[in-house]
Amino acid sequence: MAFGPHLLLALMEGVVSASLLALTALGLSLVFGVMRIVNVAHGAFFMLGAIVTWYVADLSGSFWLALVAAPIAVGLVAILADRLVLRPIGYEPESTIVATIGLLYILEQVVLMTYGPYARPVAAPFYFRIDLGWFGYSGYKVIVAAAAALLLAVTWLALSRTTLGLYLRATQQDREIAQAFAVPVGRVYTIAFGVGGGLTAIAGALIVPVQQAHYLMGLDALLLSFIVVILGGLGSLRGTVVAALIVGLSDGVVSVLFSPTLAKIIATLAVAFVLGVRGRGLFGEEAA
Amino acid sequence: MTLGLHLAVVAALAALQFVLPAFHHGMLARIMVLAAYAVGYNVLLGYTGLMSLGHAMFFAAGMYGVGLTIQHWGFGIAAASVAGVAGAIVTAGAVGVVTLRTAGPAFLIVTMMLAQAFYLATLYFNTVTFGDQGFILPALEIGIGGRMFSLADPSVKYNVALVVFAVCLLATLWLVRSPVGRVLVALRENDERTRLLGYHTGRYRLVAVIVSGLISGLAGVTYTLLFSYVGSTFAGVLYSIYPLLWTLLGGAGTTLGPLVGTLLMTYAIDVASGITDAYLIVVGAALVLTILWAPAGVVGGIRARWARWLP
Amino acid sequence: MSISRRTFLGAGTVLTLGAQFPGSWTRHAAAQGSPGPIRLGFQVHRTGIGAVYGRWYERTTNAAVKLINGKGGIGGRPIEIVAEDDGTDPKRGAEVVEKLATQHKVDLIFGTLFSHVVIASAPRAGQLKIPYLVVSEGYHVASGKLNRYVFQPGITDVRAQVTAVAPWILKNLGKKVTMIFPDYAFGHDHRDFFSRVATSQGGTISALIPIPPTETSFTKYFPRVPADTEVLYHVMVGPGVLTFVKEMGEHYGSKRPKIFGFVDSLEGVDLASPGLAFLEGTYFWEAFPRYAAANTPAHVKTFRERVGVNDNGASVNDPKDVSTFSHMFGCWETLHVIKAVVEKSGYRKAGEYRGFIETLEGFQSFPEGLEHPQGAKKFNGKLHQVYGHQFISKVEKRRLDVVHRTAIEDSMYPPEGDYTKQPL
Repeated sequence: MAFGPHLLLALMEGVVSASLLALTALGLSLVFGVMRIVNVAHGAFFMLGAIVTWYVADLSGSFWLALVAAPIAVGLVAILADRLVLRPIGYEPESTIVATIGLLYILEQVVLMTYGPYARPVAAPFYFRIDLGWFGYSGYKVIVAAAAALLLAVTWLALSRTTLGLYLRATQQDREIAQAFAVPVGRVYTIAFGVGGGLTAIAGALIVPVQQAHYLMGLDALLLSFIVVILGGLGSLRGTVVAALIVGLSDGVVSVLFSPTLAKIIATLAVAFVLGVRGRGLFGEEAA
Repeated sequence: MTLGLHLAVVAALAALQFVLPAFHHGMLARIMVLAAYAVGYNVLLGYTGLMSLGHAMFFAAGMYGVGLTIQHWGFGIAAASVAGVAGAIVTAGAVGVVTLRTAGPAFLIVTMMLAQAFYLATLYFNTVTFGDQGFILPALEIGIGGRMFSLADPSVKYNVALVVFAVCLLATLWLVRSPVGRVLVALRENDERTRLLGYHTGRYRLVAVIVSGLISGLAGVTYTLLFSYVGSTFAGVLYSIYPLLWTLLGGAGTTLGPLVGTLLMTYAIDVASGITDAYLIVVGAALVLTILWAPAGVVGGIRARWARWLP
Repeated sequence: MSISRRTFLGAGTVLTLGAQFPGSWTRHAAAQGSPGPIRLGFQVHRTGIGAVYGRWYERTTNAAVKLINGKGGIGGRPIEIVAEDDGTDPKRGAEVVEKLATQHKVDLIFGTLFSHVVIASAPRAGQLKIPYLVVSEGYHVASGKLNRYVFQPGITDVRAQVTAVAPWILKNLGKKVTMIFPDYAFGHDHRDFFSRVATSQGGTISALIPIPPTETSFTKYFPRVPADTEVLYHVMVGPGVLTFVKEMGEHYGSKRPKIFGFVDSLEGVDLASPGLAFLEGTYFWEAFPRYAAANTPAHVKTFRERVGVNDNGASVNDPKDVSTFSHMFGCWETLHVIKAVVEKSGYRKAGEYRGFIETLEGFQSFPEGLEHPQGAKKFNGKLHQVYGHQFISKVEKRRLDVVHRTAIEDSMYPPEGDYTKQPL
């Protein structure tokens, strides 16, 4: 393929994967921003969202129903995890890592025993192929990218315009002062964790028709989400979006210039150096 | 008292080889090498307050350093081991410089990405490294006092592992009680204040990263020599998560925590998998329950409850 | 005899208490003059990336054991399987070999698939001097780089597979080939051996496109396929393969080169899955035809029934549970090889392996039949590797129909090693 169309495809792919990435990272951005905990099981919530979607779509035949059921189911699991595990250890950062690794093991094994080790696809609710002459492109991916943008906008609105959003932002900025102003911090934590899990499940559900549901799919999602959230800067939704664009586009464009694995190495190093130079992330308010 | 305790632990490990049945004898040899890896990790997490998610690259730098020089250039064990440790030191030095301005989660992520690049490089240069499939080292022998010992011999394996672990353990004990170690702990507690006190904090951090990488690399060298295999799996992110888990489970910031954590985790998997197919549920639940009982890890919990003097 | 001794926790606990002293049990039994069961260590990928294969390897193994034990076992001794999960991890793999050999004191070990686990475990098997029979299809046993205790008697290696199908591809699909493969050892074997055979037979490799294993989207790599490509040769493994195929379809639409894949790309995956319509009319290598056909021999039908696989290669209990048909027969055949070798060599107890190893090395062929349902095999005792027929199938109406079966000789290549020169 000529260089022009090749670059066009890489840019398209970069933008689309950036929006998918932002969507995947959205839930983590919320949780990490508010609670400052490394929830290793976050990737498992993403995986659970995809698995629930497969089950519901398979049983009911409706992808849309699955899209509603997945965040509710995973949100409940997240709330349960918060009440049973995270709250008793007081959200202590280091204990949280061990506890959520334990949680990850449990969730993965449960899925392995019920759903099995298979990679299973869910039929996209609609399917069309965009033919650009030089190459074709998945219509569903473009629509999902748009849906991701929409969901990000809705989340941003909810954070800036609702009381819950106010509570979340207040807790994020200073837990003690928020508490002094009668913000129910304990409940805010639980809600943030539940909503974060639910948002991640939506991402998992939307992505299932592109990538299939598999019990180990959470790890990559977790690592990429962390990169995006930290690069963007703690608790900055805008930062998360910009970081996703940087990661997605650099991955896409570098892939035009080098052989695939070398391109991955270079793109990874480039992002690592950016974060190394700007230690608190692009839009971080303060060093954590 | 503390030095006595550590010497007693080493002595107990040495004595165990005479009573353990063959399988557990081999398991403990492997656990001691991996515990040395966690000891290296703990220097950074427990005593400097930096959480890394990229230590697999130090372990793997040691592994490839020793493995490739033997495989391609026919180095002897001593020279190859030096190459492995040197590789880990160089890698750690580079990582230390790149991450100098990061803290907290940024340090975690940058180390993870650098390790990911390292891992991909082991695949990309597969004509040299043999990629994920890896390669096997030939039968190796070490000479001690004019006699040759085969590394395939179980008791040689055990005692090499013991010596390496003991050296790493006692070296960190010495380090954390030295003036340098106290500055590192001060860094962990309050970076800003330490700097105001006039310490060149960046330099101390760099030293901590290099020492941690060196010990992890030494563990990688030892693992390779004893178990004869080199492959990129050991550079993957799971092998960065393991020492983190072992250290936190045993107790970050305790000298014996890494050994306890590695021992518990390895045996939890081994025993649980003998009881049920769903052993990861058992292991997961055990992790959750342990941390509910002892948020600061097992040795941390013991220290808080019964033995405040533990280092 | 029930061989899944860990079906649920309660019974498992009781049985494991017994299993902790297997040595004393067997010694006790031997002292009384009866040799007791023959205990086979099964290194299985129950968790980790190889779990799909592991699940079916286990089902196939159980079926084969049931068959053999129903006919009186091995030389009158029933088989007892001692399974241990290796998590598809090289470190745990080596530990599992140690555990099976020194704690469970099994007679021999078999069943490993993923090649990095094989290569990390093999030195331990050699040091512990216990036969280790892998079912891996990797080019590692045959490379001569492992040791005298490691065999692959139940499945052919990737170099043989590639060597056998390359002439057919060049003759029927085209001479200019672009290869897309994962950037790890399995892909590198394809890259190296297919390129070598193809270029020596008048083909050219237009481009090599190795995909990093961390990749989840493939669209951006398709522009690297040169326009003059006649054949797109793909071999992917892991959960991302469906994405790969779907994105290939989206990229090309109807204007596409001929496409030849290795069924590894679709093991455990239903061909009727959404998004796979694009594969219609493309070709696949298979080791053993997944879909039953009119001419399927009786012993293959029996094999399917015994393992519990329907005519579409899926579980009879759950048609969505698709098997790894082109690999799992290797466990069945390996167990029958073990039976043949134990009975012929007069093997009696652990530690006395000279007869077993030399007898196995002396085998030159295995006949087609219920013991070897995939087909007749030739065995190279110096290389410890078996050779067999390969199949090329075309996707038609969302199923695979065999269009060509290679001769065993088609897959032979000059040997690169001789294990029989190593001391025991």
